[in-house]
Amino acid sequence: MNASSESGAPAIEASALTRRFGALTAVDRVDLAVRPGEIFGLLGANGAGKSTMMKMLTTLLPPSSGSARVGGFDIVREPAAVRRRIGYVPQLLSADGALTGFENLRLSAELYGLPRSERAERIGDALGFMGLADAARKLVRTYSGGMVRRLELAQAMLHRPAILFLDEPTIGLDPVARHSVWDRLRDLKSDYGMTVLITTHDMEEAEALCDRIAILHTGRVAVVGRPDELRGALGPEATLDEVFAHYAGGGIAEGGDFAGTVRTRRTVRRLG
Amino acid sequence: MRRFLRESFAVARIELIKLTRDPTELVSRAVQPVLWLVVFGQVLAHVHGIYTGEVGYVSFLTPGILAQSVLFSAIFYGIAVIWERDLGVVHKLLVSPALRASLVFGKAVSAGFRGLVQAVVIYLIALATQVSLRADAGAIFGVLGAVLLGSGIFSTFSLVIACIVKTRERFMGIGQVLTMPLFFASNAIYPLELMPRWLRIVAQANPLTYLVDLLRGLMIRGGEHVHAYATDFAVLLAVFCVLLAIAVKLYPTLAE
Repeated sequence: MNASSESGAPAIEASALTRRFGALTAVDRVDLAVRPGEIFGLLGANGAGKSTMMKMLTTLLPPSSGSARVGGFDIVREPAAVRRRIGYVPQLLSADGALTGFENLRLSAELYGLPRSERAERIGDALGFMGLADAARKLVRTYSGGMVRRLELAQAMLHRPAILFLDEPTIGLDPVARHSVWDRLRDLKSDYGMTVLITTHDMEEAEALCDRIAILHTGRVAVVGRPDELRGALGPEATLDEVFAHYAGGGIAEGGDFAGTVRTRRTVRRLG
Repeated sequence: MRRFLRESFAVARIELIKLTRDPTELVSRAVQPVLWLVVFGQVLAHVHGIYTGEVGYVSFLTPGILAQSVLFSAIFYGIAVIWERDLGVVHKLLVSPALRASLVFGKAVSAGFRGLVQAVVIYLIALATQVSLRADAGAIFGVLGAVLLGSGIFSTFSLVIACIVKTRERFMGIGQVLTMPLFFASNAIYPLELMPRWLRIVAQANPLTYLVDLLRGLMIRGGEHVHAYATDFAVLLAVFCVLLAIAVKLYPTLAE
């Protein structure tokens, strides 16, 4: 039971992690090591296995085979220990619109068992950190899309997790809101030393935010590396889009299924 | 245990905040019991269509309609959970270290709040229709307990169905198919003795029957209950525990 960040062990480590749904192998023997304190991007078209990876690593979905350790604990044998060390922001806007920002955070504080004496202060800190102190007493349904996202980040960081998982964190946000979310994520990394794992299919986001990325293609890791490294390997003028096309055999925008599209549109609609 | 209660209450408190912030739904849910008690009940009492012994038909019907309101408002929880799943709320709850049992039990307590509001509505209607109500402390506490337990049973049942069907469309279909038979195959609007034998057997396996039986004894002056209170409570508690155990197993599959 070694605490990963102290011993230098990976914050997230998957070995031969596999998930099958009937005949479909959504994640196929994936090996992955995310270092403590880095922002790591999982890239892939819809259906490449990003969300399934994330669900397994956050203990929502049991793997079919293989194993993974998150924050030093096994996702199957020690899910409760994993959950205490991670924060998670789903792709969908999951903050409760009928509650205020403060009430949303209070629910998290209670579910994560923060001591009563510290709750108000920690909630205040998290809201302040995300620039939401003035909106704390307003109903979340009156928030802009960027504010909702930042509230969810506040919710996910409230218990000071070692590792944050973000599923498509800026999907549907306007450029200003996107940049404010990116800035907050960089701050979380520098101020708290948090390890951040994001999924995205946005090259600009990967380039701007991620220390390293892994490109997933049909459930397998096609390549892992720093964005500039991957571009350099392909040629001096190569863009990350071209890197992606090279490893995933097609454009990032292709692929995807009906359910995924519906989900994305719903998120975008709620943000608009 | 303290942790379990703290987490359950955190989940249930959300419901309490929403109920007080937007009570329109409570008002609209009061309409149906009024129709049953004021229209249906009065007409059947007038024609003496159903023999209910010493107590008049409206008095006989009142506890049945409370049980029905508890059933109908609790069944709505399945839809709510599917909605939360579509929004990612379920995922967020399940990623937290909260006990899965707290998350499920918290929902049952939430349903209990709604059930209690329904009880207040039915008591007000009963006062207006001059039903002779019991007002002793034992009766009031008994009704509170029965309503909470009934709400817990049917909301957890609904949650289990939601975990199995997982989509709103399928739930809507199944919800209708389940609630109506639960209601009609019970002693809510007619006594067991009037039923054909096969239906009586079905009704005796129906938890709603035990809830109605309890309420009939506890709410109404001179109300007849077939089973001892302890038997009714024991049956309801056992059903609730079984449903909770199933829900705790199934709830995490909603996020898969």
